[in-house]
Amino acid sequence: MAKRIAEIVMPQLAESLVSATIDRWLKEPGETVDLYEPICEVITDKVNAELPSTVHGVLVKILAGPGETVDVGAPICLVETEASAGAEPAAGPAGGEEAVSVPAPAPQPPERAAAATDAPDPAAPMRGRYSPAVQRLAAEHRVDLRGVAGTGWGGRITRQDVLAHIAAGAAASASASPAPSGGASGAAVPAAQAQPPAPERPPAPTPQPAPVRPAEPAHLPAVEVEGQVAPGREYFIDVTPIRKTIASRMRQSVNEIPHAWTVIEVDLTNLTQLRNKWKEEFRKQEGINLTYMPFVLKAVVSAIKDYPIMNSVWAGDRIIVKRDINLSLAVGTDHSVLTPVIRNADQKNIAGLAREIHELARKTREGKLKLSDMQDGTFTVNNTGTFGSIMSYPIINYPQAAIMTFEAVVRRPVVIGDMIGIRSMVNLCLSFDHRILDGVICGQFHQRVKECLESYTLDTSLY
Amino acid sequence: MEYIDAIRLAMKEEMERDPDVFVLGEDVGLKGGVFTTTKGLQPLFGELRVLDTPLSESAIAGVAIGAAMAGLKPIAEMQYSDFMFPAANQIISEAAKIRYRSNNDWNCPLVIRAPIGGGIFGGLYHSQCPESVFFGTPGLKIVAPSTARDAKGLLTAAIRDPDPVLFFEHKKAYRLIRDEVPEGDYIVPIGRSAVRREGTDLTVIGYSLPLHFALQAAEELAREEGVEAHVVDLRTLQPLDREGVLEAAARTGKVLILHEDNKTGGVGAEVAALIAEELLYDLDAPIRRLCGPDVPAMAINPPAEKRFLLNKDKVKAAMLELARY
Repeated sequence: MAKRIAEIVMPQLAESLVSATIDRWLKEPGETVDLYEPICEVITDKVNAELPSTVHGVLVKILAGPGETVDVGAPICLVETEASAGAEPAAGPAGGEEAVSVPAPAPQPPERAAAATDAPDPAAPMRGRYSPAVQRLAAEHRVDLRGVAGTGWGGRITRQDVLAHIAAGAAASASASPAPSGGASGAAVPAAQAQPPAPERPPAPTPQPAPVRPAEPAHLPAVEVEGQVAPGREYFIDVTPIRKTIASRMRQSVNEIPHAWTVIEVDLTNLTQLRNKWKEEFRKQEGINLTYMPFVLKAVVSAIKDYPIMNSVWAGDRIIVKRDINLSLAVGTDHSVLTPVIRNADQKNIAGLAREIHELARKTREGKLKLSDMQDGTFTVNNTGTFGSIMSYPIINYPQAAIMTFEAVVRRPVVIGDMIGIRSMVNLCLSFDHRILDGVICGQFHQRVKECLESYTLDTSLY
Repeated sequence: MEYIDAIRLAMKEEMERDPDVFVLGEDVGLKGGVFTTTKGLQPLFGELRVLDTPLSESAIAGVAIGAAMAGLKPIAEMQYSDFMFPAANQIISEAAKIRYRSNNDWNCPLVIRAPIGGGIFGGLYHSQCPESVFFGTPGLKIVAPSTARDAKGLLTAAIRDPDPVLFFEHKKAYRLIRDEVPEGDYIVPIGRSAVRREGTDLTVIGYSLPLHFALQAAEELAREEGVEAHVVDLRTLQPLDREGVLEAAARTGKVLILHEDNKTGGVGAEVAALIAEELLYDLDAPIRRLCGPDVPAMAINPPAEKRFLLNKDKVKAAMLELARY
């Protein structure tokens, strides 16, 4: 059966992408991959995506390790496939005995061996795997396995290969170790050996991607250990690709956007009552918890409708105002924070928003977010109250114009008219791009959100 | 001679030879068995030696055990091996233990014949392979012939054996398999495997019908791929032919085990363990098993039955893969 080596290249995961970073490999060299079976996870723009194989075969070599950023179209691994058509070296496995008389396979060993010992041969991933029988025979007959041709699967040296080798008398002349097999060596070798991968490009494509962008290798997440600083008193954490993306995005946002910040307090007492009224029934009806978030998002959406400039992007010589209101939702996990997007949030009712929030949070926790879940956000809301914060200074989700946090809801005494009452209060903090927005417009926006949140009553419909 | 005729002939000859031998089972007499295995025996030997029984497998086994202990040589037929399970208590807890628990004072020269296997659209109650249920029971001998010659020789040996023997005949093989059966009296010794084909590239170990798939596949592989398979027929499952298995496995260092019974806990597991225990340094590849899938039963619809069963192509693919390893 003729083998071909096929390249799998980094696909264009989204229109705008030019490269993607390998997060981790799901397959190792030597493993069989099915068509469409995920082979690795890649990271682009804060998202994990599984990369499906484009061929069926055996993974022979990984060209881009975890953490490496690869250009779209550049090869990431080599897969050995079986081309069903075939001038097949069928005699191979059975041809053990023939090896003695036929010159072609016999001289193969030394060449193969040299290649195999120096670097793993992508076309022969099993070369170094010796079965018990092979090891025993090699020990008994003092055979240097590096000098034995492998005719088995993946270049494995089979028991018959060793027996043939012994029969060929190679063991006797073992002293002349570099070129053990006598007779017609040399000439036939390159042709015979190059046979399987030759029709493709042989090992050539392997090193190519590196020189193309020499600046890139710095992206490796490995931390360099510098030696003897306070041994044992500190330790190192490798920066994961996702952490690296978060870092660069945050850096970029803080560097480029002049942040300004404001906070407003909102009386949520009515909303709390509304929520309490519906909580149980909503759970029964919809199967999910009714949190404050959908109400907050609804309020934000209607405030954006009134002040569309909040939904914009600084573009240097102009400001781009987005008509679609796509709310990014900051969702934290143990090791990262992601911002999946609720598209066209203005077209959804409270129940619809609740369901979408639930789905995105679940996908985030399970690592199932797709690139499309992460794209096109226009304004970000962060529920910082979940971890007890009452005030925070959020960094804008680049390149948006503003980000708002919803802090912890706390009951505290509040002056209302000339009385003091116990009310459920919450702070909403807003960071905004001061190139686009000023205090006045943000104050108005903020006030609009506050009005919306305070105008919920027990009669407000969720649907 | 057809496989089924060889079985019938063995019973006939033994009944002629030894007046203590008799047959009992459901519909074995007047009807001659649902597969006609006992056809023509009742007219020859009468109702008392070809005994129609009530529909109770437990009773069939129990009566046979009692008769055997009293000195007769019963051949009890289970209409389908699927129906053996009601008799399992009699077989496992009584027949298998009589010699042991009586300190050799008593023995139980009993044969229980049961058709195994699928491929006849029998569905879940008429297709099972119960070998693994009885396989781990010391005190029982289990044979499962793949050829007509072995069927006659093994059944004769089983009838003459002083201890209980389960005789598993593959119902699909009844008329599918035909081969030369020697004239006259002979036995195939229990506990001895047979090399069906000599080869150097891999060893296939199996029994009953699937062994034929291996033989057919081996011929094709030799022709098309130059792969020479060494094929061994276990013939007896209990006691296993240890020497035969080990010798065959050592010959190539690559072992593929076949059976229709499902994979987990099957005979193949024991064969594989035996090889792994004894032959580590002769192994050149992982021991492989190609067996029925671990699902509760064979489906009755043809596509699912086909998918469940082994066939030449499945076996061939597995053989080639191992040979190439």
